[in-house]
Amino acid sequence: MSERVTKNVWPVVPILLALLTTTLLVLLVGADAGVTYQALFDGAFGTSDRTFSTLAFWVPLMLCATGLLITFTAGLWNIGVEGQMIMGAIASSWVALKVAAVYPDIPGWAIIPLELLLAAGAGALWAALAAVLKVRGGVHEIFGGVALNNLAIITTNYLISGPWQPPEGGSFRGTVPFPEHALLPLLGNTRFSPLSAVLALALLLLIGLALRGTFWGLKLKALGNNLRSAFLLGISSEREAIMAMMLGGALAGLAGSVRVLSWFDSLRQSISGGIGFLAILIVLLAGLRPVWTLLIALIFSALLNGGTIVQLRTQLHSSLSGIIQGLLVLFVLLFGDYRRVFRPKQTLAEELQHE
Amino acid sequence: MHIELQDIRKYFGEVRANDGISLVFEPGRIYGLLGENGAGKSTLMKILSGYQAPTSGTILLDGQPVSFSSPSDALRKGIGMLYQDPQDFPPLLVSENYLLAYDDNLLLDFPKAEEELRGLGERFGFHIDPRVHVETLTLGERQQIELVRLLALGAEFLILDEPTTGISAEQKEILFNTMRRLVNEEQKTIILVSHKLEEVQELCHEVAVLRRGKLMGTKDIPCPNTELVRLMFGQELKRSERVPFQTGETVLRVEDATIQTYRLTVEGIDLELREGEVLGLAGLEGSGQRLLLQACAGLLQPRKGRILLDGKPLEGKRSPFFWTPWLALAFLAFRIVWAAIQFSSGQMSGLEMAGSIAAAALIAGTIWLIGSVLISWTSQTPYHEFQQRGGGYVPAGRLEEGLVAGLTLTEHMVLASPEHTFIIDWNRAREEINRRIQRYNIIGQPDTLVEELSGGNQQRAMLALLNSPLRVLLLEHPTRGLDVTSANWIWELFQQRREEGTAIMFISADLDEILERSDRIAVFSGGVMSRIVQTSETSVEELGHLIGGEQHE
Repeated sequence: MSERVTKNVWPVVPILLALLTTTLLVLLVGADAGVTYQALFDGAFGTSDRTFSTLAFWVPLMLCATGLLITFTAGLWNIGVEGQMIMGAIASSWVALKVAAVYPDIPGWAIIPLELLLAAGAGALWAALAAVLKVRGGVHEIFGGVALNNLAIITTNYLISGPWQPPEGGSFRGTVPFPEHALLPLLGNTRFSPLSAVLALALLLLIGLALRGTFWGLKLKALGNNLRSAFLLGISSEREAIMAMMLGGALAGLAGSVRVLSWFDSLRQSISGGIGFLAILIVLLAGLRPVWTLLIALIFSALLNGGTIVQLRTQLHSSLSGIIQGLLVLFVLLFGDYRRVFRPKQTLAEELQHE
Repeated sequence: MHIELQDIRKYFGEVRANDGISLVFEPGRIYGLLGENGAGKSTLMKILSGYQAPTSGTILLDGQPVSFSSPSDALRKGIGMLYQDPQDFPPLLVSENYLLAYDDNLLLDFPKAEEELRGLGERFGFHIDPRVHVETLTLGERQQIELVRLLALGAEFLILDEPTTGISAEQKEILFNTMRRLVNEEQKTIILVSHKLEEVQELCHEVAVLRRGKLMGTKDIPCPNTELVRLMFGQELKRSERVPFQTGETVLRVEDATIQTYRLTVEGIDLELREGEVLGLAGLEGSGQRLLLQACAGLLQPRKGRILLDGKPLEGKRSPFFWTPWLALAFLAFRIVWAAIQFSSGQMSGLEMAGSIAAAALIAGTIWLIGSVLISWTSQTPYHEFQQRGGGYVPAGRLEEGLVAGLTLTEHMVLASPEHTFIIDWNRAREEINRRIQRYNIIGQPDTLVEELSGGNQQRAMLALLNSPLRVLLLEHPTRGLDVTSANWIWELFQQRREEGTAIMFISADLDEILERSDRIAVFSGGVMSRIVQTSETSVEELGHLIGGEQHE
């Protein structure tokens, strides 16, 4: 097998290994593996409603992952993607609650773009905070990101239990439902918004092409591979790093917006649903390749959505999806980099010698 | 202990780090090991101390051939190495650090360790307090502890790598006395790896000089500095007749500049570089010449004095939004004062005041954040200003500083070009890099990843990426790793740049290259720059004195 083929097909290997291990596990507890996988598949794609549910989950996942393609190319560990999503969701909620609900005469075609725009802006600013802390304050983006994630969650909780609390009060669940015209147009009775899917796909295509073929993309690649050389070649590393983080944040903000405007209909306590962290995993698993990002995001959405049917049909708990996911992470870390798998092992002493 | 090295070779791929070195070390003597960076000193010492194995060759210990599996194995056999950076554990106590070497006991015997440490310290003239943390000690004191540890573990043969770098004069005196005592009273053997000729002259009985992996010779001390310098840098070549070159106006002017890093301070540099002129910077590596070059490129800011490129300093572009953080601060201060006034006049409750201040802090934070983003978008670093004003800089580290591993030659070409379109014109970039590949004789294709090129070709690639015309060209070791013919060709290309009016300043470890290519030469020694000499009026002897730190008029 040529190097090129190996490189492109390799992401399948950890997936197959994870499935194999899961099968063994299922057999070990005495369940029927065939029935289980059938249930998993049916749960994700069995009916059109379920398919759309899977797709509705997939869209924000894609948006986050697309943003992460940018930051990871630039060598930035944007762990703060969750917080950026939440800030996007808050910005959209503000438009829905304080503009759309207060001025019901403003039509949906004006409200929705405003919601998306503000969400992208809020996500970008939240990411800029992590970026500026890194560039100006020397705070690593991982630590900054984790702190800002918590801050975003606290902000949501404060809004839900404070200023944006529903009039009947008491519940800690979320705000009042947004007016109908402030929500993304949904397909039939599902939670899937075709508009958001088109947006996500278009952005993935655009970012994927831009990272490959534009000067901007090349600068990010150089930055991600060697900061010092890139700087000496003439790249303004600070500017590019902040730009990359802000773009990534804008996409995460959009994802948050899609979550509140289609999956939910109000600002909830946990609107991210772990999508940001899941997107990090997906992008790393896909090795920063756009097409694989798309496919793996779909697989993960299917796994998560199929879990409930597994529990209904077999005696297995729905956390089976979580187990498959966990195994995937493990196998990606172990075997994800095909070059490392095939390279002969180096002992510590040998590594030291190459200093 | 009697040690003999027989025909030691160590190859890293094509590179011959050690190429057939044979040496004998007798007990009761101090040996100096001299050589420029990359001469193979560290490789040889790493082999001798068990850090790495030689490709071939034999080490005889009292006549018996030995091999070491690790540094601790070598230490068990009596060979200890004192590294330039102490190999200790800063958060631990001195006694704990010492006890780590005895990992065969479950329980730690602190009283015994303290007693031993004090005893050993007294024996070797060190003052050691076992109850302090290692991190509170100076470099010199940590070195003493390391030395004591090595001796306690039975080292008969000591290798000291640049032991006087970064320690005080007093500590140096103590160290030297201890070294003499170890040799004279306890018949130990010491190898001193050093850059400093005067230390070698002061301490050593004999010195071995390496150059490009080969042993150039051994000398009994005392021996004139010039002879050592000649061994280190090579024999004097017949100097080719230089074409007199008409230099133009001043391009670069350094006025009383002080450049400071945590390791070295270079003070009071004054120099002037004209169009078409070549200035060579000589000196042992780490003597300050690189700091000067980097300061001229805008990578380091001088503490004092000025560096002017075409009459203007390299300050970088200040952002037009520099005032935004002050605006945020002013806003916050205003709101706090305002809220306080409202509160004291009873128009606001305490809670309202706190809320008002919190809201103001939020707004101020947002202003600060947006301002910071704008500042980073609109400012320019001094180095990028240097590039924009026609400066070229070629660093020494190829894959560390000059090239981006993971990118192809074509991609480098796109990044290095002064003009570019948003959508990359790959065809044009490929054509351009193809032209340069031909011109610079690079063995590689446009789509070759730079890390796949050999070292010499990486060097050529870095030079090929330079734009033209340039006002000033700053080079670190421009022909390192190139054969003579390639080096000549590269200098031929530099010559053409001179005719375009480019001023060139370069560092080289090769004294021949400096003498052959420069119009004028400045020599660095321990952070001090000599007066600038005309190449036509100097000699290897004079440069040798200057490199050794003697200022001749």
